[in-house]
Amino acid sequence: MISGNSGIRKTDVINRRMFIIGAAKVIIFTGIIARLFSLQVNENKKYLTLSDKNRIREWKLPPIRGDIVDYFGNVIAGNLKVYQLHIIPEQVENFNYLLTRLKTLLNLSDKKIEKIVKSKNKFKPWESIIVSENLSWSDFLKINNYLYDLVGVKPVMTISRNYPFSETYTHILGYVSQPNEEEILANETVQERFVPGMKIGKLGLEKTLENYLIGTNAIQRYEVNAYGKRINQLEHQKGKQGLRVRLTVDTEVQKACGKLLNDRAGSISVMDIYTGDIIAMYSSPSYDPNKFLFGISNDDWALIRNNPLKPLVNKTLAGLYSPGSTIKPIVALSALENKIVSPSFKVKCTGKMELYGQTFHCWKEKGHGFVSLKNAMKQSCDTYFYEVARLLGVDRLNVTAEKFGLGKKVLGDYFDFEKSGLFPNTKWKKNNLGKGWVLGETLITGIGQGYTQTTPLQLCLMTAQIANGGYSIKPRIIVDNNAVSFEEAKNKFEEESLFSEEKKLFENPKNIKIVQEAMFSSTNELYGTSYKSRIDDPKYQFAGKTGTAQVKRISMRERELDLKIEQIPYKDRDHALFVAYGPYINPRYALSIIVEHGGSGSKTAAPIAKELFKLIIDRNDLRNKQKNFEEIEI
Amino acid sequence: MFQHDRLNNELTFWQKVKELDYILLISIFLLSILSLFVMYSTDGGEILFHTKSHFSKIVVFFPLMILIAFFNIRWWHNFSYLFYIAVILLLIYVSFFGIKSSGSRRWMDLYLFNLQPSELMKIAIILCLAKYYHRVKIENVNSVTSIMTVITIILIPIIMVLSQPDLGTSILIASSGLIVLWLGGVKIKYFIYSFIVFLISLPFVISFLKPYQKLRILTFLDPDRDPLGAGYQIIQSKIAIGSGGLEGKGFLKGTQSYLDFLPEKHTDFIFTLFSEEFGFIGSVGLLVLYSIIIIRILRIGAISRSNFSRLFCFGFAFAIFIYIVVNLSMVLGLLPIVGSPLPIMSYGGSSMLATMIGFGIVLSAKINHKQMIA
Repeated sequence: MISGNSGIRKTDVINRRMFIIGAAKVIIFTGIIARLFSLQVNENKKYLTLSDKNRIREWKLPPIRGDIVDYFGNVIAGNLKVYQLHIIPEQVENFNYLLTRLKTLLNLSDKKIEKIVKSKNKFKPWESIIVSENLSWSDFLKINNYLYDLVGVKPVMTISRNYPFSETYTHILGYVSQPNEEEILANETVQERFVPGMKIGKLGLEKTLENYLIGTNAIQRYEVNAYGKRINQLEHQKGKQGLRVRLTVDTEVQKACGKLLNDRAGSISVMDIYTGDIIAMYSSPSYDPNKFLFGISNDDWALIRNNPLKPLVNKTLAGLYSPGSTIKPIVALSALENKIVSPSFKVKCTGKMELYGQTFHCWKEKGHGFVSLKNAMKQSCDTYFYEVARLLGVDRLNVTAEKFGLGKKVLGDYFDFEKSGLFPNTKWKKNNLGKGWVLGETLITGIGQGYTQTTPLQLCLMTAQIANGGYSIKPRIIVDNNAVSFEEAKNKFEEESLFSEEKKLFENPKNIKIVQEAMFSSTNELYGTSYKSRIDDPKYQFAGKTGTAQVKRISMRERELDLKIEQIPYKDRDHALFVAYGPYINPRYALSIIVEHGGSGSKTAAPIAKELFKLIIDRNDLRNKQKNFEEIEI
Repeated sequence: MFQHDRLNNELTFWQKVKELDYILLISIFLLSILSLFVMYSTDGGEILFHTKSHFSKIVVFFPLMILIAFFNIRWWHNFSYLFYIAVILLLIYVSFFGIKSSGSRRWMDLYLFNLQPSELMKIAIILCLAKYYHRVKIENVNSVTSIMTVITIILIPIIMVLSQPDLGTSILIASSGLIVLWLGGVKIKYFIYSFIVFLISLPFVISFLKPYQKLRILTFLDPDRDPLGAGYQIIQSKIAIGSGGLEGKGFLKGTQSYLDFLPEKHTDFIFTLFSEEFGFIGSVGLLVLYSIIIIRILRIGAISRSNFSRLFCFGFAFAIFIYIVVNLSMVLGLLPIVGSPLPIMSYGGSSMLATMIGFGIVLSAKINHKQMIA
């Protein structure tokens, strides 16, 4: 039994050694269970989050832009349902067949087909390709009829920006379009909410108010697999439409402005003289912003870009013009305020004025004879204002002009392209041109020529502030929560002006009155420059001042020829200007009109005012009745 | 010697049936059923290829296990060396004619499934060494000849499997072999010396590793260094297990596996899916089931009269334990990723065949536990 004995000894060894391993096994299993416990119980939350992050993916949908409405609540920038055509490549059985079918059905160009093939290769097979962004209703029906034959095609209804009044508001609203990379990076909100196919404001208020209008994305949560393919939809979180923005503008007046300018180059602005509400702000010629929504065609774009009347420029805010005689109320006011002249002060106009060997002409060659302030304003006598400007000096004139808003932006930051214009003084010339001021320059500044450059809206604001009795107003185009009725506004700033010197633009209220009366006579008295455009009915009666701004120096020869406007080349014709306010009793509105190269202010610009005042004042009651509604704070 | 003879008498069929270890049998059966459910889940809740194939393998191998059990343990003792040599021949065969897949040549095509001889070697090495230590005299265990012999027995298959290349399986073969050496009574100091030698040579060994194997080790040390590349598997695996929580996401509700985030979910990472769907409670349950199996095998080893049975049972129990530990440590991020299946649960015919053969021999040892082997 030696082997047996050895066997038993061996068994002992085996058992002893097994026991050691057994203990090790228990320890190791305990370790594994501890690890399981730490992963599954202690760190469960962490891994659960990671697992959800794995499987849940969010798809952002384009946010719906807020509406922009006019003062009466009419939508002027809204959203429209559009029909689109998408292809989902993974569902397509025969891509080439589908493309040929679509090509014949929708008359797609070869270029378009090429583009579709290119995007098919670029995207994942389950990501849809947009074939047509804006399908006509008939094409949409056609597609739906043939849907059985078009496997993988998805007709989609979606929402797009729409400007129902097409060209009427282009220069105020701007338009939206597909952003480029820079534009996305420039705005954090856009960056955060951007999804392919989304459009952002490119110009005007659409651009400035982007962050208010943009709205929030609707979010669809999908469960996806490891390859990013959607398996099923988990939830749909609705987005919030962007804020509704209400403007102070009146569509009827705005439309009338367009009609009256009739595609001539020019601009009309209308303003409430108490509240500063901009009733209309039209730059002509305009263009249809709807064309930009889905990418403008090259032909349309060329037509707009190459138009010599420059439709792309917002002339109301970025057009700079010599104010011409429309500056005269300010010159008169400045002289009165500085006690340079009195209403009875007279100047003899002989048709020209000599100064240091230079001749300064009055528009009336024969001269006006002895003229007082009122007559000089009425007949727009240049000689009188040469003399007054000479006595006043450009620096004192500059102070008054800047007080009334010349040389400063009117709407602040709402339009980044707005120009501030210029009203010169001696210091400005020294600093910017490096030369001393010449007295002759004071003279021509006095009749609104020379260095002075104003935007039409500045002239409108200037007129409004004369009309309201010389009080500073803050023009606005967006209705905000601080809105007050015009009576309140009127009372408020008359009260305020007692305490705040900034609000009051005059020393002596009599001086304002004198200027107002002079402007009244200019329109409503015989020999007034805008007498022909007067309205006798006191309800509509307005006071105004014409202006004719030279765009080039008139040579002696031309002066002798005394050409008719049709005989002068378009580019050399004078700009026609007119500023006015009305009704004369209890005034409410001020306007400025400019027709580029329109000839004389009295012939071209003033008649427009006559038409416009009727409409504006007729709509006054409607405007007063309009209750404030759901305004937003901006 | 009367008693002796009686004990060595062949048992009748019904005696054999009576002597089967039913607790072990039921545990294995439960594990098989459970593996089918999990396979059904990996197929996304449908009876598809993997479920069907796994089912057919269970249907074939489970009866095979019982058939093996009914052979006398003596027969297996006699057959041991032959089995070892046969598997070596198969390894030689696959190294020339084997099916090549993802860069390594380890399979041979049988009609039912592709056989991986290296999996069979995991059992063969235990059988072979168990017989060797059963026969060698206790005084000679630590003699130079004996040590050299067993080292040769272990090294031949390891080198062949490593050259396939298959690091995971060769580690498992090595540990299965070493444990029998340990049980057989090889001096502890030899283990300690060789462990020290192993540690010293480790840098050289690493320099011989294939780039992807080095990457696996680096990834194990810091899975986040390349989360979409090499670290992907282990990160996703940990996410799946961790998100399972205490109770799990529920059967067929494991998002990580259902949405294809899990790699190799049918085979090496099957536990991940199980743990995601059944949680901590389920995972511990599975470990308890495995523990029952291991303890039953150990018990059979302990009551066996022959040292061959004892060595085999203890060795096999330890091997099963090692398979589980290596697999779980891997999916739990405790060890670098080496290919090692979870016994019975993982999809794969060879692994299941080897395991079932092992169980069969253990059951045979149980039936014949009173039998001495000369």
